[in-house]
Amino acid sequence: MSNEILVVVEHDRGEVTETSYQAFGLARTLLSAGVGTSITAVVIGAEADALAAGIGSYGAGLSVLVHHAELTDYAPEAWGDVVAQLIASRAPAAVVATGTDRGNEVLAHAAAIADLPFAANVTDVSLADGLGLTRVRWGGSLLEQSRLHAPVYVLSGSAHTFTGEPSGDAAATTEVFEPTLDASAARTRVVDRVTLAAGITLTTAAVVVSGGRGVGSADGFAPLTELADLLGGAVGCSRVVTNNGWRPHSDQVGQTGKRIAPELYIACGISGAIQHWVGMMASKHVLAINTDNEANMVGKAEYAVIGDLHKILPAVSDEIRRRRASA
Amino acid sequence: MSSDFPTTARVVVIGAGIVGNAVVGHLAELGWRDIVQIDKGPLPNPGGSTGHASNFIFPVDHNREMAMLNLDSQRQYAEMGVNTECGGIEVARTPERMEELRRRMVSAKNWGIESRLVTPEEIKEMVPFINSDILLGGFYTPSVSVVDSLRAGTIFRERAQALGALQTFANVEVEDMIVEDGVIKAVVTDHGRIDADYVVVACGVWSPRIAAMAGVEIPLTPAVHQMIDVGPIPILEATNMELGFPIIRDMDTFCYERQSAGSMEVGSYAHRPIFMTADEIPSIKESRLSPTELPITMEDFDPQLEQALELMPDILSTAEIKYAINGLLSLTPDGFPLIGEIPGVTNLWSCAAIWIKEGPGAARMLAEWMTHGQPEIDPHHSDIARFYPYARNDHHVRARCAEHFNKTYGIVHPREQWASERNIRTAPYKDRTDALGAVYFQAGGWERPHWYESNAALVEKYGVEDRPHEWDARWWSPIINAEHLAMKENVGMVDLAPFVVYDITGPGSMAYLQSLTVNNVDVAIGKSVYTPMLDVNGGFRSDLTMMRLGTDSYRVITGAFDGPRDAFWFVKHLPTDGSVTFEDKTSSFVTIGLWGPKSREVMSRLTTSDVSNEAFPYGTTQEVLFGSLAVRLFRISYVGELGWEIYVPMENARAVWDLIAEAGKESGIVPVGGGVYGTTGRLEKGYRLMGAELDGEYTPVEAGLARPKVKSADFVGKAAYLKAREDGPAAILCTLTVEDHTCARDGIKRYMTGGETILTTAGDRIVDAKGRISTVTTAGAGPSVGKFLLMAYLTPEHAVVGNDLLVHYMNETYPVKVVVAGSTPAFDPTDARIKA
Amino acid sequence: MVELRILVCVKRVPAPGARITLTADHQGIDAKNLGFTTSPHEECAVEEAIRLVETHGGSATVLTLGAVEADEQLRYAVSVGVNSAVHVTHASLAGGADWDAQATARALADAISSLEATDGAFDLILFGNESADSGGFQVGVRVARQLGRAIVNGIKGIVVENGSVTAQRESTSGFEVYQLALPAVLGVKEGLNLPRYPTLPGRLKSKKVEVPVLTAEPMPGGLATLSFDNAAELVVETTMLGTGPEAAPAIVDLLEELGLV
Repeated sequence: MSNEILVVVEHDRGEVTETSYQAFGLARTLLSAGVGTSITAVVIGAEADALAAGIGSYGAGLSVLVHHAELTDYAPEAWGDVVAQLIASRAPAAVVATGTDRGNEVLAHAAAIADLPFAANVTDVSLADGLGLTRVRWGGSLLEQSRLHAPVYVLSGSAHTFTGEPSGDAAATTEVFEPTLDASAARTRVVDRVTLAAGITLTTAAVVVSGGRGVGSADGFAPLTELADLLGGAVGCSRVVTNNGWRPHSDQVGQTGKRIAPELYIACGISGAIQHWVGMMASKHVLAINTDNEANMVGKAEYAVIGDLHKILPAVSDEIRRRRASA
Repeated sequence: MSSDFPTTARVVVIGAGIVGNAVVGHLAELGWRDIVQIDKGPLPNPGGSTGHASNFIFPVDHNREMAMLNLDSQRQYAEMGVNTECGGIEVARTPERMEELRRRMVSAKNWGIESRLVTPEEIKEMVPFINSDILLGGFYTPSVSVVDSLRAGTIFRERAQALGALQTFANVEVEDMIVEDGVIKAVVTDHGRIDADYVVVACGVWSPRIAAMAGVEIPLTPAVHQMIDVGPIPILEATNMELGFPIIRDMDTFCYERQSAGSMEVGSYAHRPIFMTADEIPSIKESRLSPTELPITMEDFDPQLEQALELMPDILSTAEIKYAINGLLSLTPDGFPLIGEIPGVTNLWSCAAIWIKEGPGAARMLAEWMTHGQPEIDPHHSDIARFYPYARNDHHVRARCAEHFNKTYGIVHPREQWASERNIRTAPYKDRTDALGAVYFQAGGWERPHWYESNAALVEKYGVEDRPHEWDARWWSPIINAEHLAMKENVGMVDLAPFVVYDITGPGSMAYLQSLTVNNVDVAIGKSVYTPMLDVNGGFRSDLTMMRLGTDSYRVITGAFDGPRDAFWFVKHLPTDGSVTFEDKTSSFVTIGLWGPKSREVMSRLTTSDVSNEAFPYGTTQEVLFGSLAVRLFRISYVGELGWEIYVPMENARAVWDLIAEAGKESGIVPVGGGVYGTTGRLEKGYRLMGAELDGEYTPVEAGLARPKVKSADFVGKAAYLKAREDGPAAILCTLTVEDHTCARDGIKRYMTGGETILTTAGDRIVDAKGRISTVTTAGAGPSVGKFLLMAYLTPEHAVVGNDLLVHYMNETYPVKVVVAGSTPAFDPTDARIKA
Repeated sequence: MVELRILVCVKRVPAPGARITLTADHQGIDAKNLGFTTSPHEECAVEEAIRLVETHGGSATVLTLGAVEADEQLRYAVSVGVNSAVHVTHASLAGGADWDAQATARALADAISSLEATDGAFDLILFGNESADSGGFQVGVRVARQLGRAIVNGIKGIVVENGSVTAQRESTSGFEVYQLALPAVLGVKEGLNLPRYPTLPGRLKSKKVEVPVLTAEPMPGGLATLSFDNAAELVVETTMLGTGPEAAPAIVDLLEELGLV
């Protein structure tokens, strides 16, 4: 076994994000814990060769550039094959990636091929009898203490846990690896991309402007619709609204309606009954607009504005239009 | 929040569900200020039972108090604009249920609630998606409604806030209750301590936990009621209304089907009883939905799915189960709410175990009680002081709730006995009564023989007729009437172990008792007093018999059903100077009654003391020896015969029972049960019973218990009593006879059970000047007068001997005649037998 | 029209949505107030299987590895329209104890192989992207690898036609499109569809279906769970952006910050 830690650098056709480099943060944490002595970056696909230039500053001494005619775009099985072949050929101490959809997917493939255990979304490591790990479960609400016994530690680091910042200005050497990939290895790959545009639905919208009893009437939804249209979002509502016939049932969010997880949920005049809350609690951010600052929704929301939604929403729409016009 | 958080309050109300909100609203309206309301959850739905309630009200209830609370609540919701009438139909799948629905017609008429029996076809017309093929009929009440209990709660709070009376703090958890010298002093919360003069516990399923912090019990259990929401259903969606169809109670399956906009809620009281303790309820954070909306245990609901499908196949077979919960609600051992000052801690009040349908009414009851000392609606059944210690703990609560949960929509006979928690209080001679084939009814937890199968042969001897209808004969035996006649012919012995005995002693005892009772207790030592005890409004708090045993010593006897309420009242009024000692001696004595024309000859064999009328006149008490055993004799009678109550130390009870039985043999003694003691013997003599004829809404003047003169000493309720005397009775307690028992519908002879409505011959209810309705307070046989007797309060115009009226029983009417207006006995009006 | 044979693998998990209470020894979750459910991604997988069968004909089967109690989740899948269910179990799974991902994948793959040996191959096998509780992100991949089939994870759109499946995966800008020849395996994510709830007859039917039970032998891999802890609680401090229409600029600032304008 070598004392190398392989870092799979996640990229999309050569483009990286800060998250991609967080895998180096995990690798450096492993080094500090006494696992391995050097870091090697794995950059898959010739289109990403340029990434090798700055990779030394993240602690890597070597970049392995993986070249193959089939490696033109993200292909989970092929990427997994590549990593598995590197495990076989380099016998590293550990292989790490960031715990994103792609990072976890590639490591799962590699671990499956190499018949190694794989620990996803690790937040901390320690050298024990084997490797002591802390990893997240339940989407982060629970921490698991576990023990990893394996000839090669395959780990992903929980996103936004380890630093993605450079740690110095060292340069890395490079070498090229040409894996053996048969045609079937490339069978799963991105064949097309579609950008999200028309046909925003309540379940897919990034912004949902939702109204409750406080909207007062079917006509009262006009400013909600206006704002949703401006933002390319959708309109939702609470149960009392559909019960009153102000909106169709298909717009209802909640226990007996739709369960949604938009980027931002704007709750207008919604008291925040539990049955409603379970329908939108997966939202990334919640903004409550309510006349009552004791309302449940106000207490639970990340952001709140107190006041009459019929005055606030038109002002927001006006402000958006003003900024767009001046931009 | 903490800087604004109050450190003092006149009253702290814990809970912001429908009850807590209605309590703060009513307290504010009655003039209370500086009210602080707290709840551990957020507003407007803090996560208790109110938040998931189905929110409908079927106002008809057989019980008067409950019906009055329902109606008052419905009025209050309507006044706030949150009561939507949709109508409701209780449907019957079985003949037994149809009979029950006829009985409900009587209760509906009683309380003036418009209702009618409907045919399956009529049901189908109102609810086109119902499978009327499986129905025999229904009981339709147009005023059944759905309320917005959360909105009502907000309105109550806003009204109190508008009066400047209320501060409400959400998300505040109670951590401790501070009690000093038996008085509530403060509530300690996670936001700080609030010193308060009064505290109201109105936090539903959590109430027992809060009470426990003060060292007292609120005997309820959180229990699961399962509910599923099924939809979408096009015919319901098309109504564009929360409720476009009447609510259906599928009584025989213990389920309801209630439209909820585009879907149907199906709720069940049919599943196995599932209980929690207050401490087991998850916190808000631990709850997926809310602390009282737990994950459904679907296997418990499956049988009800089939029944619901059978009832509404057209709409329920394609709709989806979108929401399903094990919802928590509160249950009590006897099914009634827990309202009033909690025994053990002064100024700590309970308003718990209350459902949406009675919430605002119950809150008004509590607020009036706290303000005036007595509410307008008599709180007899809801009074939290009604429980003996054994009935306040979790074991008893769960045993009884497990038994009655499935009776929520059940058919409960007025005389029905509990099956659980039996044989917990028994007389030492129970092996003797067992051997005599005693059939026991429970009284105050005691097993009391109601009749003896050993007397079965007497039925033929006295030619007692059986009752042909099973309902009328249920929890009854013709042996009762036979025992009655045997006692009146010879002599009977009656097990009265459940009697509640208080000894009141000390230099202040006479003054103390004078301050609580209507009649003068300053009688000679060895004499006795029968007296009403009143509440501040002049209604009955209790009726008591007391013996003066010494200058500063009284023995007070009250009934088994009233013991805890009376003890609470006595203790509450004890002087603080230590001049009076109150001791509950119930567990020290049993009482055995010996009555009948031959009782004196039996007594002469038991004791060498002179028991002649001269030496031992009526109404007096003496201690005598039965052989070596000292017993106290009290010459009194509740059955209209010569004889004595014999007070026996518990350890001598079995020996004395045997002595009496032995001494009575040659006089033809028979054991006589509670059926005679509590009903037939009593009725013939027109004796009143607390909780039946006597309650907080009637005065001694109306009950015929006012003496010619009023004692000079002041007593609780005296002002109201004097006024009642001046005003004269708005209703007079009368005894009536049933003139014909034949049912017009099927020709079967029927016998009332009590609670029926008295109607004029025109079929109208009799409502007195105070709005009270004439109903049958007690019904039973009068074997010696040869008639079936009813007692009822009648307006003065109807309280005329010979007046012909009707009684409304099982939705049929029967002719009745007034035989006594007032307290004169129907049998032996001069009391010659008693005073023999 | 070619009928489809679809298999969905599901896991019984405590129902998410509330703070998780741990047992006193931190070895497990106290689920008495939570109840149990099918892992949410897998609920969507079940729904998708039902829809595909509704469109293409064929049959959908649900499979789980779990304790006796996991029967509830199998029957739930039947109650919403899955045709049949298979339960793989072992005594060591009692009380909801988890096998590690390697052992789980081996047991599932072996069970699938044996089912296919008798009844023919499944055209499509659906997994949830990851289980709601243990979040290992690998069981589907390992099963696909053992079966020698292609797999893509993170799928939020599925179209089957002409012997292949077109699957969409969410990306920051929209969707990536993958095309796989059948038989294939997909790991799907919540949002793929809106799962239906059971009907009353569906629920009653599910009570009657026969669920064959297979026994698996545990073959543990190298990752062992020792204990659990609650993560530091996120306290939501509500940020007040203002009062009335004057708050509009602050709201738009927020929208800009979140990249939503």
